[in-house]
Amino acid sequence: MPQDEHNGRAGVEGVNAAPSAPGVGRSAGDAIFRFLTTGAGVGLLLLIAAMAAVLWQQSALSRAKFGWGFLAHAVWNPVTENFGALGAMYGTAATTAIALLVAVPISLGIGLFLAELAPQWLRVPAGTAIELLAAVPSIVYGMWGLFVLAPIMGDVVQPWIQERFGDFFLFSGPPIGIGILSAGLVLALMILPFISSVIRDVFLMTPSALKESAYGMGATTWEVARDIMIPYGRKGIIGAITLGLGRALGETMAVTFVIGNAHELNFSLFALGNSIASTLANEFTEADGDVYLSALIELGLVLFLMTFVILSVAQIWLRRMGKREGR
Amino acid sequence: MKSLGENANAEPMLQNAEAATSAQNNRSKKRKTMKRTLTTLIAAAFVALGAPAFAGAIVITGAGATFPYPIYGKWAHAYNRLTGVKLNYQSIGSGGGIKQIKAGTVDFGASDAPLKPEELDKFGLAQFPMIMGGVCPVVNLKGIAANQLRLTPRVLADIFLGRIRKWNDPAIAAANPGARLPRRGITVVHRADGSGTTWIFTDYLSKVSPEWKKRVGVGKAVSWPVGVGGKGNEGVAAFVRRIRGAIGYVEYAYALQNRMATVRIQNRSGSFVAPAADSFQAAAAGADWERAPGFYMVLTDQPGEKSWPITGASFILMHKKQAKPSKAREILKFWDWCYRHGAQAALELNYVPMPEKVAQLAEAMWAEKIRGVNGERIWPAN
Repeated sequence: MPQDEHNGRAGVEGVNAAPSAPGVGRSAGDAIFRFLTTGAGVGLLLLIAAMAAVLWQQSALSRAKFGWGFLAHAVWNPVTENFGALGAMYGTAATTAIALLVAVPISLGIGLFLAELAPQWLRVPAGTAIELLAAVPSIVYGMWGLFVLAPIMGDVVQPWIQERFGDFFLFSGPPIGIGILSAGLVLALMILPFISSVIRDVFLMTPSALKESAYGMGATTWEVARDIMIPYGRKGIIGAITLGLGRALGETMAVTFVIGNAHELNFSLFALGNSIASTLANEFTEADGDVYLSALIELGLVLFLMTFVILSVAQIWLRRMGKREGR
Repeated sequence: MKSLGENANAEPMLQNAEAATSAQNNRSKKRKTMKRTLTTLIAAAFVALGAPAFAGAIVITGAGATFPYPIYGKWAHAYNRLTGVKLNYQSIGSGGGIKQIKAGTVDFGASDAPLKPEELDKFGLAQFPMIMGGVCPVVNLKGIAANQLRLTPRVLADIFLGRIRKWNDPAIAAANPGARLPRRGITVVHRADGSGTTWIFTDYLSKVSPEWKKRVGVGKAVSWPVGVGGKGNEGVAAFVRRIRGAIGYVEYAYALQNRMATVRIQNRSGSFVAPAADSFQAAAAGADWERAPGFYMVLTDQPGEKSWPITGASFILMHKKQAKPSKAREILKFWDWCYRHGAQAALELNYVPMPEKVAQLAEAMWAEKIRGVNGERIWPAN
């Protein structure tokens, strides 16, 4: 760890030290500015590389002991020091998927409402309210999930679903109100403000000439949204979703409250689980075995790589799409 | 350089609510001294040298178990008023405490699970018990009051193994004639974080259930066959209160403060006892500390008719070789004061003080084992 701190600080110090030189000419100023911005950019890359290197190095023990099998099984036993990441990986992926499935359509609706349908007097306060949601600390969402959402899920929603579809594997298990589904819903609420406020801004950027001409041809609001605004802002919308995705993947406290913190691999939505971030939050401080600690760090590495891969794929996809549309 | 380290310690102290004000005093004092040094134009280096002089009081640093944190804080507060010695205790968990004392970053470590004698020797540590408490199962069952439900060790283990899944199971009913047990499913709640409490609880289950010992074992974190994980005593308590039909385990003081429904457990002599200070003390009294090398003694499943079976002690770890004998002596004086004068405060917080006999054994150990680097005596202090 000291190594990457060092790298990070090197970048920052560079920024602080420079703008003192008085009376330098414009070209010198340009050079300094270039040096500073390059330094900041390179420093960031170095920081990421250093993080990856430290995670890689500190997880050596666990990688040597479990190999690729670490990714393939879900046993998590600190007593026998046998660890596998599959359960936590599934928990992270499942909660994030639920969060996106719920949050994206709602965000599109909110964005459309605020940009197009809401009366003028409502737009600013409603927009501000949604942005305020983003400023609520995640632990508050977690407590809300545990004390408000979980009882509703456990006493009303889950029994209702089980009465009708109880045999289906997604809805098996005791309805206690916490678990993968509840964690996904809390996450959805958390990423909603991020996605919807960006989507609103994207919609607002649609040139009114385009919209007006569509309306002029007799298109309904829905048709304008579907055929003009969404295609026009597609890049921004995907960017907004990626933002939400990144946040959902790494969210810790709120998930820890409602996911159940059980190391099991169960595909029911009502089942308890564990995400990578919640496992780390729970167990890092008291992991006293060397292999145990190393396995937790390897979990961190897995999350790092998962985030990296998912965001890279999103970027590549965006670029491809940009090319296809000739922008 | 030494003084810089001491200054750095003032930062984490802020976490300690009781220590916070004293840290502030320290700060303003420091600020004044700074001013003075500036006005007299003495080099900044002097500040570093002078820091311990105006900080004056000795600061003992320790880290470890969360369970004894409230009582250590209370003792430290009282002791500070008497002597000016300060305690900076970080309740980062037993595992963290062991790690810190092994690394030598603190003056003492605290752990709910004792270290084995081999391990003590390996790291040159001495260990002694400081305070006791009990772990108790708590339930959330409509119509079942505190200490009304009776569980045999076998049934308790089977519930946590996931073998008994309904509250109206015949095995539970057999020990509770006349009780109206609901048909509700049982939801097990355990700790999600590593914890000395879990260590004590799983140690007990391993002693009473061969299957538990084989399938799960003992640890601060284990692979739970069933159940929901809550973070900390408060997390477990929140889930137990929230989920009807839940059973979990928390520290006794925690169960009392939250008025949770504790249960009676059958002990080794066959009687169903309720968790209470006297039943913890009974368990400790029956223990044979004299024949426990390195004070490696686990108080679960102790004999005695009144003994609460899931009792545990919390331990202090110190290095056998002390580089600063005078400071080590101050630390031992503090623990000595706690043994002699701390019982009242402990009982007020629902802890159980160590019996006098155990305190004497511990102090005899100090005299013998805890020495300066050249082997000079540190205890008894004169």
